[in-house]
Amino acid sequence: MNHEWVMQSGWISQLPALVVIIPFFMAFIVALVGWSHEDRAIFLTEIGLLLSFLASIGCLFVVVEHGPVSYRMAGWAPPMGIEYRVDFLNALVLVVITSCSLISVFFSKAIVQRDFRTRKEHFYTLYLLLVTGLLGITITHDAFNLYVLVEISALTSYALIAMGRGRAAFSAFQYVMIGTIGACFYLIGVGYLYVKTGTLNMSDLQLLIADLHDSRAIKSAFVFIMLGTWIKMGLFPLHGWLPNAYSDAKDSASCLIAPLMTKVSVYIMLRLMLTVFTPSYVFSNAIAGELVLALAVVAIVVGSLKALKQTSLKRMLTYIIVAEVGYMVGGAWTATASGLTGVMYHIISDAAMTLCMFMAVAVISFKRGRDTFDVLPGLYKRMPLTMAAFTVGAFSLIGIPPTCGFFSKWYLLSGAIDAHAWHYMAALIFSSLVNAVLFFRIIEKAFIEPVHAAGAEATVIEMDEAPLRMTLPLVFVAISLIAIGVCTNYIVRAVIQYAIPEGVG
Amino acid sequence: MDLLLPKFNYILYVVLMMTGLWGMIAKPNLIKKIIGMAIFQTSLILFFISTSVKRGATIPILEHHSEPESHAHVVSVGDQLGDAVHSVATVAQHAVDPAHYMNPLPHVLMLTAIVVGVGTLGVALALAQLVYKQYGTLEEEDIISQIEADASQEDES
Repeated sequence: MNHEWVMQSGWISQLPALVVIIPFFMAFIVALVGWSHEDRAIFLTEIGLLLSFLASIGCLFVVVEHGPVSYRMAGWAPPMGIEYRVDFLNALVLVVITSCSLISVFFSKAIVQRDFRTRKEHFYTLYLLLVTGLLGITITHDAFNLYVLVEISALTSYALIAMGRGRAAFSAFQYVMIGTIGACFYLIGVGYLYVKTGTLNMSDLQLLIADLHDSRAIKSAFVFIMLGTWIKMGLFPLHGWLPNAYSDAKDSASCLIAPLMTKVSVYIMLRLMLTVFTPSYVFSNAIAGELVLALAVVAIVVGSLKALKQTSLKRMLTYIIVAEVGYMVGGAWTATASGLTGVMYHIISDAAMTLCMFMAVAVISFKRGRDTFDVLPGLYKRMPLTMAAFTVGAFSLIGIPPTCGFFSKWYLLSGAIDAHAWHYMAALIFSSLVNAVLFFRIIEKAFIEPVHAAGAEATVIEMDEAPLRMTLPLVFVAISLIAIGVCTNYIVRAVIQYAIPEGVG
Repeated sequence: MDLLLPKFNYILYVVLMMTGLWGMIAKPNLIKKIIGMAIFQTSLILFFISTSVKRGATIPILEHHSEPESHAHVVSVGDQLGDAVHSVATVAQHAVDPAHYMNPLPHVLMLTAIVVGVGTLGVALALAQLVYKQYGTLEEEDIISQIEADASQEDES
């Protein structure tokens, strides 16, 4: 399984490139066609994302069958040329990105139609470019190419966030500042690596760094790269920009940005920790490991407590994202096989959970006009499908079996126990409890609390559900939360266990 | 001083980077923040280009070599094979010896980074313009106090 399979010929060999290139070119087609035929923009976007989704599924099958796949961009052999590589670490992430973006674009048609009276194609062009950036980050095996793609996805997300309501422009501006610092830190790190090794290919870097473990330049490269990715993913205390940026964005944009941006940043961190620097180097410094674990613990606790204080659903979810980032960073730095399995699994399950919750909240604010807690009473009767999906998502965030949230927490907790990281374990349990309080409070309000209509109690509540085009994808995602949970064993056995590098306890 | 002088551009890069970072974080005016960002990004370009500098090196373009077509011709003639091998060897010597040339890769990377920098600068300026239209000011504190005033108004209503 470990040998590398360079595909020789046929259209199948082009799959890794197609995954990225289809949405990229479709972005330009959408911009051109949308200029005269605005209504075709969404259709073309869906076609592009569907093709990219099929290509990513194809990549996943090839990887499961034959092992890692290497693709040489324009035929230049690595380490000179840019290599695209699909292996057990990123095959699933690719599928998660393409499927989340496809579902979310299908779901948000009505919201986009309401939000953008004209020039919808601008939104879809940016949307496709953002997906291109995220897919490129995931698939590329070249450290500098990764920087460029990080900036592509960042620039498009700045623009998408700035389209939002209220103070969105100012939130987006703050995000530009902090995001640029993050990306530049990453670039400095890559520069130091290049100066010491003379290569940018990740596998090549791994080979050459092995002899340079004592070098101070490599150490500072590692610190800069980690700081850069932490800023990008919003790890406490670098999270200040995240809640504003995500909650001020329009629902159509935040359904894409919130589930995927932080998860892809976590993937970058994992890729550099496991492939470039290798675990034996990363985890050699026990004090640094303790420090990062402590940061993750604080992130989980602060994120959960802040979520408890919020009075609007979407803002509450953004603080839960801050806590979830703490889960993933902590899981990675437990330096155990089960902790790393937990992180890789959590990238998938958290993307699905976040997508489900943001979609549910988008439906609520689409029908009710806002997402503050005062719209909640009577919501189970008004919007039964939406609230059923919301409940499944909430159960998953709390960690109730058989949803996928339970299994990722299970792996993360066993990682914490294996590493004797009791504070991390306590933080995970604490966060679950806070989520339970948080969501049962909402469920209670929506289920039991009587509706006050103009002072008098309304006797009959009419069902007022969102259109099927919105509820169907939402229910599909909610079911997939359970499906991913049920298939946990298969996912871990077929893919994730091969992504854990040798030498991790 | 002997220790510092050869690394002059690296010291300058750190100074510029810190200046830019300070501007982005500490300056209250949005445009000054953007200027800080531009300085920060430019300092990275200085760093990368400095790594490719070599004393007495030329630009990375092959010199003193004949055209590839003439080789094919010479080899096919056959009796001048020895000369051809010799000329190929000299070409290879010039092409392979990297000590004479500056490393082109950091320059290429920085071309991309400049493009990225221009893009970021453009987006940041556009956002600053949008913020100015919305709040009528570019001072961060004034904007935040306006946002807070809006939020408390919403709570009351």
